[in-house]
Amino acid sequence: MNTDLVNADRVAPAPNDLETVRAMLSHIPDPEIPAVSLVDLGILREVRVDERDPLQLVVVLTPTYSGCPATDMIRQQVRQALQASGFPNARIELQLAPAWTTDWITPEGREKLRAYGIAPPSGSSALHDTSSQVIRLSPKPASDGPVCPRCASPRVEQLSAYGSTPCKSLYRCMSCREPFDYFKPY
Amino acid sequence: MHDHSHDTTAATALAAPEAREIAPYTGDASIAMPYLLRIADSALILSHRLSEWAGHGPVLEEDIALANIALDLLGQARLLYPVVSAIEGQGRNEDDLAYWRTEEAFLNFTVCELPNSGVASAGATTPDYAFTIVRNALYSQFALLRWEALTQSSYSELAAIAAKAVKETRYHLRHAQDWLVRFGDGTEQSHAYAQAALDSVVPYCNEFFHTDAIDLAAAQAGLGVRADSLHASWLEHMQAMVTQATLQWPAASKLRTTGTLGAHSEHMGFLLAEMQSLARQHPGATW
Repeated sequence: MNTDLVNADRVAPAPNDLETVRAMLSHIPDPEIPAVSLVDLGILREVRVDERDPLQLVVVLTPTYSGCPATDMIRQQVRQALQASGFPNARIELQLAPAWTTDWITPEGREKLRAYGIAPPSGSSALHDTSSQVIRLSPKPASDGPVCPRCASPRVEQLSAYGSTPCKSLYRCMSCREPFDYFKPY
Repeated sequence: MHDHSHDTTAATALAAPEAREIAPYTGDASIAMPYLLRIADSALILSHRLSEWAGHGPVLEEDIALANIALDLLGQARLLYPVVSAIEGQGRNEDDLAYWRTEEAFLNFTVCELPNSGVASAGATTPDYAFTIVRNALYSQFALLRWEALTQSSYSELAAIAAKAVKETRYHLRHAQDWLVRFGDGTEQSHAYAQAALDSVVPYCNEFFHTDAIDLAAAQAGLGVRADSLHASWLEHMQAMVTQATLQWPAASKLRTTGTLGAHSEHMGFLLAEMQSLARQHPGATW
């Protein structure tokens, strides 16, 4: 391929382009949990210019669960959004390391999940990893488990370790008697 | 915003496929390929077995649980196949590896391909949930130890996949353990089923720890881990779990299965026939 020809039409992304793209992508909802966006979930890692090619815009995504079927869908949605907003040759990179963790879900994302009826992951994911040593810098909370997203009761019990998507398990509240999804710490 | 709309045609042709960049492997490909294929194939084949429960689970929640575990395992295989392909350099994609290899080219542990009806009684065709739970417990405990070790792999690509898989496998193990205890410490009947499953599956786990030239070379290169180094920890965890479930750990067996060498049980051909038939009837089909 003749790179001169290819480069002839390309324009270096301006600094505010990066902001534009980031803002635009922050409106893309997660296909499985549309209440939260790719930014809320921490799936969108970075929007930057390729260090080897100043004309190349790069969007970095990280997959959640290895087999999550939403990953392909998210990539397609990002691709379409980039095309529709004038960045058709942006490159989408899937970055595995560091591995995605529910700790990356933003405070806004957690609030949106709760409002949607899904209990957000409690504590830090490391607290649920029995092989790791966790240094606590704050007093241990009364419970490391979920609280009911409706009535905030900590009196809940697990109905099923797995739910409607890989990232969730099924609980019920013993106070208000409503079942709810819990976003598992990962 | 700049106006990029005028170069849409050129750009569409140029747009790189949304693939992850795979770090090149600088070691011996003839070691790395089979080493990684053994891991990927075991995940794929067990995933397929678990997917056979879809619509047949004993209760709805378990149907969903096994589908989710199958999905995680499939995802782990799908993360590894492009790495194998990049090391091989023949341009085979994940579908080529999953659907167009023949039986002897698959390097999964034999235990992963055993039918859900179990192997305790020949000719049984009714799926046995105790068998599935016991196999998942034994495999997940091994897989967890191996993935934990592989997070320290000198090959960044494998270490990154392992870091994700560890989290998933820990959850699979917890699920299997919960049910194993419930079965073992449940009714007389559930106890008997769980014990029979344990007696029949544990001998197949010898293969987890068989360390051959490929394992040794992979460990030597910093790519992998010696499987036999994981045995003591696996045994300790499993025996504690089995004791908690009020079951008996079976006596040692000398059974030596050879799935990781491409020599499989009689069940593998049937599994592949079902798994591969659609792709082979409609080569290259997409939807």
